[in-house]
Amino acid sequence: MPEREQKRKSAPARETDEVVEAPGTSETGEKLKADIDDLLDEIDEVLETNAEDFVRSYVQKGGE
Amino acid sequence: MALHKVLGIETEYGIVVRGVGESNPVSASSLLINAYVGELERERLAGPKVGWDFEDEQPGNDARGASGPSSPPDVETHLVNAVLTNGARYYVDHAHPEISTPECADARAVVVFDRAAEEIVRASIVAANRLLPDGQELVVHKNNSDGKGNSYGCHENYLMARSTPFGRIVTHATAHFVSRQIFTGSGKVGVEAAGLSASEVPYQLTQRADFFEAEVGLETTLKRPIINTRDEPHADAQKYRRLHVITGDANCSETATFLKVGTTAFVLSLVEDEALPKTFQFRSAVAAMRQVSYDLSLAAPLELVDGTTITALELQWELLDRSKKWADERGLDTVGGDVGAQVLAEWESVLTSLERDPMDLADRLDWVAKYRLLEGYRERHGIGWEDQRLAALALQYHDMRPERSLADRVGLRRITDDDEVRHAMTNPPTDTRAYFRGTCLQRWASQVVAANWDSIVFDIGQSSLRRVPMMEPMRGTRSHVGTVLDESADPAELLARLNG
Repeated sequence: MPEREQKRKSAPARETDEVVEAPGTSETGEKLKADIDDLLDEIDEVLETNAEDFVRSYVQKGGE
Repeated sequence: MALHKVLGIETEYGIVVRGVGESNPVSASSLLINAYVGELERERLAGPKVGWDFEDEQPGNDARGASGPSSPPDVETHLVNAVLTNGARYYVDHAHPEISTPECADARAVVVFDRAAEEIVRASIVAANRLLPDGQELVVHKNNSDGKGNSYGCHENYLMARSTPFGRIVTHATAHFVSRQIFTGSGKVGVEAAGLSASEVPYQLTQRADFFEAEVGLETTLKRPIINTRDEPHADAQKYRRLHVITGDANCSETATFLKVGTTAFVLSLVEDEALPKTFQFRSAVAAMRQVSYDLSLAAPLELVDGTTITALELQWELLDRSKKWADERGLDTVGGDVGAQVLAEWESVLTSLERDPMDLADRLDWVAKYRLLEGYRERHGIGWEDQRLAALALQYHDMRPERSLADRVGLRRITDDDEVRHAMTNPPTDTRAYFRGTCLQRWASQVVAANWDSIVFDIGQSSLRRVPMMEPMRGTRSHVGTVLDESADPAELLARLNG
């Protein structure tokens, strides 16, 4: 390797974007959290019966 | 000049029969697939009464022809191996049901056909359960590990130029496979690598990183290598190689699948065009693979042979920047045109969010979606990571049953729509050789005695069978053979016209 450029974490352009986009992102985060809360409210109905036993006895053969 | 990146993925699903003491995974897998194929035949929706032709895989084997899954779906134990009218292969591999997508011309098509494969599995479960006694049912997971040290794969395939030196592929592809885990991971509770405990690694990004023990090699089941050297191009071997990638997780998130294959198609194109001037050689790629998977902060410094370090995120930014430059100079033709542009945009967007707050990607990446779900459950119940209820939730994330799947319920964004997925269950892509394979099966299944990736064998009532080679993955498309197929009344006429 002739030259080794200084490694950088991110380009300046991206850092600018960050500031602009930040509010939208937290909204997304809030919405996603609300979705998960809804799912957690109903999780017992969705969960496999005896889910803990099921996962304990879940064994597969190696593949590929 | 980079070759068009023809690509596809093969997924092995986890399988158990619920309601019996210990289920036999081989017969369960056979039942699953035979039930589906049998149902298609009865409905005359398609005629996958076709055996897989092993000729190019194990020379000396006869085409299986009529020994295909033509009998009624009973609890059979012979290893079924069917070619579907969408150009896919559906078969039992070791102790797992496996579907290989047809050859696709871009990353989005891979997502569509991977989704179609999931729907085929779901239809298979329903068909198979009708044949099981009351109290028994098949449970199928799209995952890669049982949490007890056993792993099975989701492999990717990319068409590459034979002329590209393999050593160059190894260096750059390794850097990508190690670092792309930050968006390809499906998330896993605990750790299965020897010598580590769940208290040290309560949750990690990927299902697969624990199982890689070598940097380069031919194995896929033992001492798995990061770069697999299987050289079976299923195409003209003078011109092509097929890079067989075994490091990836099976994804439930469409975005994750899209980026996994889309970014890799870019990186491999850049390798062919020598557009990656910097090399990143890890001191230990195997260690780096695990380091990335175990580090939820995405900040782990990975040691390079030159004594410097780099993080997975930094490496991905470098690969993205080079890909954008390459696209500006060379265009996007080999990576799917507009789809290639979407890959670049999504890649940048995901890296930006990973840098800022990975939790914002709970609607796009599996490892984040699963983490958020488990973390929410943990908080609500005040339990630790070692609690079996979390392991149960994590497993059920991958459950293929619509009434149980948690991946379906965490709000993941879709790239595909239901109609195109349903269409792709029985119709091939139009822009690769899969079009020829799938269309012949749709129209003339009774005269197709066998098929595989690079040929199709017809019985047109003559003394010998007729094999049509398909050594060029980008020929046999609708624009190439659509008219000939449409105008031929039967395979005999088709063969006459193809030869004429």
